[in-house]
Amino acid sequence: MKNWKRILSTGLSVALGVTMLAGCGKQGGSDKFYIGGIGPTTGGAAIYGSAVMNAAQIAVDEINAAGGINGYQVEYRFEDDTHDAEKSVNAYNTLKDWGMQILMGTVTTTPCLAVKTETAADNMFQITPSASSEDVISDNDNVYQVCFTDPNQGKKSAQYIDEHGLSESGIAIIYNSSDTYSTGIYTTFKSEAQARGLNIVSDTAFTEDTKTDFSTQIQKAMDAGADLVFLPIYYEAASLILSEADKKGYYPTFFGVDGMDGILTLEGFDTSLAEGVMLLTPFSADAPDAKSFVDTYQAKYKDVPNQFGADAYDAIYIIKAALEAGKATPDMSTSDLCNLMKTQMKTLTYEGGLTGDAMVWDENGAVNKDPKAVVIMNGVYVSAE
Amino acid sequence: MKKLREKMSLPIRKMVHTILGILVVFIVIQILSVTGVLSSSLENLMPELCFYAIIAVGLNLCVGFLGELSIGHAAFMSIGAFTSAAFTNAAADAIPSVGLRFFIGLILGTVMAGLFGFLIGIPVLRLKGDYLAIVTLAFGEIIKGILNVLFIGKDKDGIHIALINSNQESLDPETGKMIVDGAKGIIGTPHATTFTNGVILLILTLVVVTFLVNSRTGRAIQAIRDNRIAAESVGINVTKYKLIGFSISAAIAGVAGVMYAHYVSSLTASKFDFNMSILILVFVVLGGLGSFRGSIIAAVILTLLPEVLRGLSSYRMLIYAVLLIAMMLFNWAPGAIDFRSRLKERFKRRKEERP
Repeated sequence: MKNWKRILSTGLSVALGVTMLAGCGKQGGSDKFYIGGIGPTTGGAAIYGSAVMNAAQIAVDEINAAGGINGYQVEYRFEDDTHDAEKSVNAYNTLKDWGMQILMGTVTTTPCLAVKTETAADNMFQITPSASSEDVISDNDNVYQVCFTDPNQGKKSAQYIDEHGLSESGIAIIYNSSDTYSTGIYTTFKSEAQARGLNIVSDTAFTEDTKTDFSTQIQKAMDAGADLVFLPIYYEAASLILSEADKKGYYPTFFGVDGMDGILTLEGFDTSLAEGVMLLTPFSADAPDAKSFVDTYQAKYKDVPNQFGADAYDAIYIIKAALEAGKATPDMSTSDLCNLMKTQMKTLTYEGGLTGDAMVWDENGAVNKDPKAVVIMNGVYVSAE
Repeated sequence: MKKLREKMSLPIRKMVHTILGILVVFIVIQILSVTGVLSSSLENLMPELCFYAIIAVGLNLCVGFLGELSIGHAAFMSIGAFTSAAFTNAAADAIPSVGLRFFIGLILGTVMAGLFGFLIGIPVLRLKGDYLAIVTLAFGEIIKGILNVLFIGKDKDGIHIALINSNQESLDPETGKMIVDGAKGIIGTPHATTFTNGVILLILTLVVVTFLVNSRTGRAIQAIRDNRIAAESVGINVTKYKLIGFSISAAIAGVAGVMYAHYVSSLTASKFDFNMSILILVFVVLGGLGSFRGSIIAAVILTLLPEVLRGLSSYRMLIYAVLLIAMMLFNWAPGAIDFRSRLKERFKRRKEERP
């Protein structure tokens, strides 16, 4: 008898607890567009997620101040995923409870691969500012990218180095073998470089656990006599490589990709070490057409926005352009919205973006735009052309 | 009914109560889910709670009963996850039913993790205490490192395995498909982990470990934990029993891994790092060494907490840490234990005083 009472009371308290938790859920109405964002705002990749969160907020505020999309205001909410696939799916479900109709995310690749399965199952329109793996957009038709795909970056880098004759005595590569992004660029860079007859003299890897000491990799590149070091990696590791090379008195040209972006705002990093570093990125904060965005960002968040932020800003405006072209209204179901936007994306040309002019998308969802090479001079990006 | 209850020993009775508790929670959640009260985020969290509870129970067997501190259990989880996910993807054409593939994958993953537990156990279990902990840690890193450079592809000629990215070119371009793609891991594993099969597996795990612990083997395992020399002197084969305990613990971690792989469709080796192993250990320590029920509750609370705290945005990880410290203190600080028992006493007295 006593046991039954106990079981009953456990059951009731579970029900009560769960109902309380569930209470803070569904809010979605039909008078506003609900756009959600997912990315890491804590943990190792926080700098990207925060940039995306803030920049998208600026775009949403601008749109709302200018009268919204098709006359409807936009609600925007960003959830943290700590750069973890499992947490990202949880964040996605939290946003779904909130009433999300369109997803702008996720910021990093590995979580995105988990979330894209969910959005495909729900037929929700998804546009990622910066998850750059090809797998993100393959085998689905509802996911689009604002950034280049990894293979594209590797290929374009090799092409750029070859066409501008940046390397004479050989190229060294240092990449992160435990990272999807890094290996993705590395593989295509290497095959393109070989196809073009570029001379790769040193090819070394590190992993997430050994990214604190780069003396071996630098030494190998030095011994091989490389005059250009290609770094398809994120900026934290790159900053250590730069200071290690400086310690050894080794000054080749360092060539990075978009993950290098952010190195100038890294705390405790001597930016003079980054002088002369070249990187392929679609966005530079000193470009005249980015001025109003950069100023707003600086005024609001006391920081210079990086390329991830610019991608997110564009992503929100791309969503707006597609919704307007399709004359969408918020009372449409998520799936209808998605179908409508998919049709629009086929013909949409997005003009005047921060990260490229006249962006178009192929049937897979990959963007087509021109990369810009920038070089760091006196602590700022300057166009390398 | 009463007779049956008297027949059961205390640990078995405890297990039955825990299972009843799990079932009650399961039924309540199902009712809430059907009536639409439950938010989809909580609904989707349920399988996650199950596999974390399972691995916590598995590690508790190793730490609480075998008395060996393992901080490499995430590696066994990753072995289970990769084995099963590779199978479900590779056999996609041969066996169309996802459920059947999941089931076979579950068996394969569990056996593989258990096998690795056995193989690793042979050299490792000769060590004791801190040394064992360090070696399990190293082992976890090795597995992670290997999975990071492991490439398995499939084409019309069969399966190709390589430890460097060389077989991508050798794959037949028409029919070739990468199954395990190095650092990218395995993507596109179908969803098969549900709350229902999670609860079934959790109950199964609980039954297996409870009966194991209360069997002859289990008593031998605990004897070794309490006093190795005394156990040896009465003729217990220490290596054998340690290996049994360790392998079963690893196999249970494999079950959790299989469930993980079929819950999150993007599986990478870097997820199963040192932090993951420590997280599982935290479940076990917070729940109490040797208490399976405690492990389950701790796993559920600590997995739910970061999600429930989402409303606090950037402060949530800080609050999570503070709450973790508070819970540890409340559970294990001598003063807190004292306070709790006094509180209990008072409640009891009040109940008795009531007419």
